Amino acid sequence: MIVLSTDRLSISFGALRAVDRVSLEVEEGLVFSIIGPNGAGKTTLFNVISGLYVADEGRVLIAGEDVTALPPDKLARRGLSRTFQNLQIFFRMTALENVMVGCHRHEATGLIADLLHLPAVLQQNRRSRERAMAALARVGLASMADQPAGGMSYGALKRLEIARALASEPRLLLLDEPAAGCNAVETEEIKAIIRALAADGVTVVLVEHDMRLVMNVSDCIHVLADGHTLAEGAAAEVRNNPAVIEAYLGVHGTREAALAVG
Amino acid sequence: MQDETLTPAARPIRSRLASLRRHPLALPAALTVLVAVTPLFLASSYHYRIAALVLIFALACLGLNLLMGYAGQISLGHAGFMGIGAYAVAIGPAHLGLPSWLSLLAGAALSALVAFIVGRPILRLKRHYLAVATLGFGLLIAIVLTNEAEFTGGPDGMAVERMQLFGWTAKGTVTWYWISAITFLLGAKLALNLIDSPTGRALRAIHDGEVAASVLGVDVARKKLAAFVLAAVYASVAGSYLALFNGHITPDVAGFLRSIELVAMVVLGGMGSILGSLVGTAVLVVLPQTLTVLHDYEHMVLGLIIICIMIFLREGIVPTLAAALGARRS
Repeated sequence: MIVLSTDRLSISFGALRAVDRVSLEVEEGLVFSIIGPNGAGKTTLFNVISGLYVADEGRVLIAGEDVTALPPDKLARRGLSRTFQNLQIFFRMTALENVMVGCHRHEATGLIADLLHLPAVLQQNRRSRERAMAALARVGLASMADQPAGGMSYGALKRLEIARALASEPRLLLLDEPAAGCNAVETEEIKAIIRALAADGVTVVLVEHDMRLVMNVSDCIHVLADGHTLAEGAAAEVRNNPAVIEAYLGVHGTREAALAVG
Repeated sequence: MQDETLTPAARPIRSRLASLRRHPLALPAALTVLVAVTPLFLASSYHYRIAALVLIFALACLGLNLLMGYAGQISLGHAGFMGIGAYAVAIGPAHLGLPSWLSLLAGAALSALVAFIVGRPILRLKRHYLAVATLGFGLLIAIVLTNEAEFTGGPDGMAVERMQLFGWTAKGTVTWYWISAITFLLGAKLALNLIDSPTGRALRAIHDGEVAASVLGVDVARKKLAAFVLAAVYASVAGSYLALFNGHITPDVAGFLRSIELVAMVVLGGMGSILGSLVGTAVLVVLPQTLTVLHDYEHMVLGLIIICIMIFLREGIVPTLAAALGARRS
């Protein structure tokens, strides 16, 4: 089943066409990576898909339903969740509370009930806490549950964001450079988490610069350059695609690389 | 994290103390004890009067703190809602023949409605723009209260009938101390309930990152509006109490200076601190009274003290002291 698809999606900022007629289809349960040189439009594409930007043209479909131009909170309620390249952590809350916000789309108590702490609210709090603890455990942060997020290390915060996104039990998880700024050990941890998610059947769309990580975990790779699609395929196909190599290294670099290799 | 530095024997006691402090009923219990014990130190009717004023303004600050300290939205016109509440209990009995308690509820409902209508467009604005828009709202209310002299008595204000409940008349400073105390405790408990609920977590999330909150399914505009309406109701009830307590009301209750005073109380006591709402209010109500002994230098010294508090207790009195206490303990 196709969980996410875009149909000739485009957005411009002034004269710059940041995303240019990008069409892609993401199969349920797979790890789908989007790569490309800096400024290729990967994060912009994420922002359009998750409702932060509104596309100029084209459509976004989740499980076949047109969700183009829906606001982020409505998209979240349809099972889309994401993390951010530059962390978006609730720094004044504890790790657990951060993740409990991730449960928000499953919480259905009203303002009056919340004020009065009706039994339904207490029950909801308990359920959210359990769900959040389970999500923290999945990324290996269960022991830090009660720590203020403001005092956690960068690598832990990266995983905290994933846990928060997971707590919403998304059918589709968008990870925007989860390993950016992480050291080798932290990158390994991220890799293990993505693997585990894939094994659990979560559909993951990944934007990442760390090629070893991408090649390692992806079922399908979509390459962007200057806002448009350059290639798509399995890791091996993409890696050997001359157009992709050229986009990353430039014509001159490609010649050098060919000389060096061969 | 720093627990490793403790001796093994000390750890369980410390953690038991810490968990006691974290217990959901710890703060309500402490506040109850505080307001129950305070009368032991109140020697005169004047003292009771000051204490009641502290509690009434603290009630308004509780609501404003939910808006500012938790949801992260400023309101520089919040006294406007105090004005609506105050004039509701003045006009209701005088012109409409409604009992005071019903006028109080009607005022709260009207404040909620006004906040709901005004809040929708206003809360789309951010930071300075929101500040200016709310400021405008407060001025508007004050002007209406001043100009509609036929109903409000104009700049001179109007007398407020005593509140009667089942033939009993609420009057006297001691009575009002207890009425405000019980209402404040109730308001604090509701606020604490809210903070530890899905709505409360959503509000705190909005404060730290609107984008991240919305991506997690939080309807940011709706939650902000809920906080604004709630803050309006708190302020309205506080305004009604103030009017009923004083027996007389002028448009100053809704004035710009009052709004600023409310914001100062919240910031001074500590944004996002329920106890801070009470402490900040206490400082700003009690201090000017005690400083009158300084005569001409009163305002200068008050200003200096506020500046010093903000410099040395940057996060507000309660959060800064709590952090210092926490650091010393562990």
